[in-house]
Amino acid sequence: MTLVNESVQKTEIRKKYCRFKKSGIKYIDYKDPNFLLKFINEQGKILPRRLTGTSQKYQRKVAQAVKRARHIGILPYVADGLK
Amino acid sequence: MALNNYETVFIVTPVLSEAQMKDTVQKFKELMQNNKAEIVHEENWGLKSLAYEIKGKSTGFYTLVEFKSEPTFIATLETEFKRDERIMRFLTVSLDKHAVAYNERRRKGFPKIEKTKKAVAA
Repeated sequence: MTLVNESVQKTEIRKKYCRFKKSGIKYIDYKDPNFLLKFINEQGKILPRRLTGTSQKYQRKVAQAVKRARHIGILPYVADGLK
Repeated sequence: MALNNYETVFIVTPVLSEAQMKDTVQKFKELMQNNKAEIVHEENWGLKSLAYEIKGKSTGFYTLVEFKSEPTFIATLETEFKRDERIMRFLTVSLDKHAVAYNERRRKGFPKIEKTKKAVAA
């Protein structure tokens, strides 16, 4: 009888990355709702970094852009079933 | 006396006719020109539906103006926006160098294809 443990089937862990750093986006446009839709949930809330993988630097810019878009009526403050 | 880059989006009430709306936009453009602001770009998005009701209206005429001006002019512009009943909402943003570059690309309709072509050629 072998005492070697069975190897655990690990599903491949994909590392999260910041899409802005990867693709070299320097400015996040608040006038583009389709792009910003990637960073909010269906209630219109801004998604946390731990879900999107965005770096701290760009998360701040995303948040700023979403808030500006809300102010000028491009994105809703509250929504139900946005996606 | 350095001029800074700014961008302003404002929403004109949908109650107005097309001509009245253009008058309103013209008024603010003239205000900018009279205050030595240099209009870089102007865009009319037309009647758009809002994500939520503003002042009991669900639509509005959107106008985007990119301009260069002295920082002191912004306060003048914004008080004028506040006083004008035809303006439902406005947002003035100062642009950094990345934003200016982005806006230039946006005006040309994002010529991304050229870049990839060059990469292939090189």
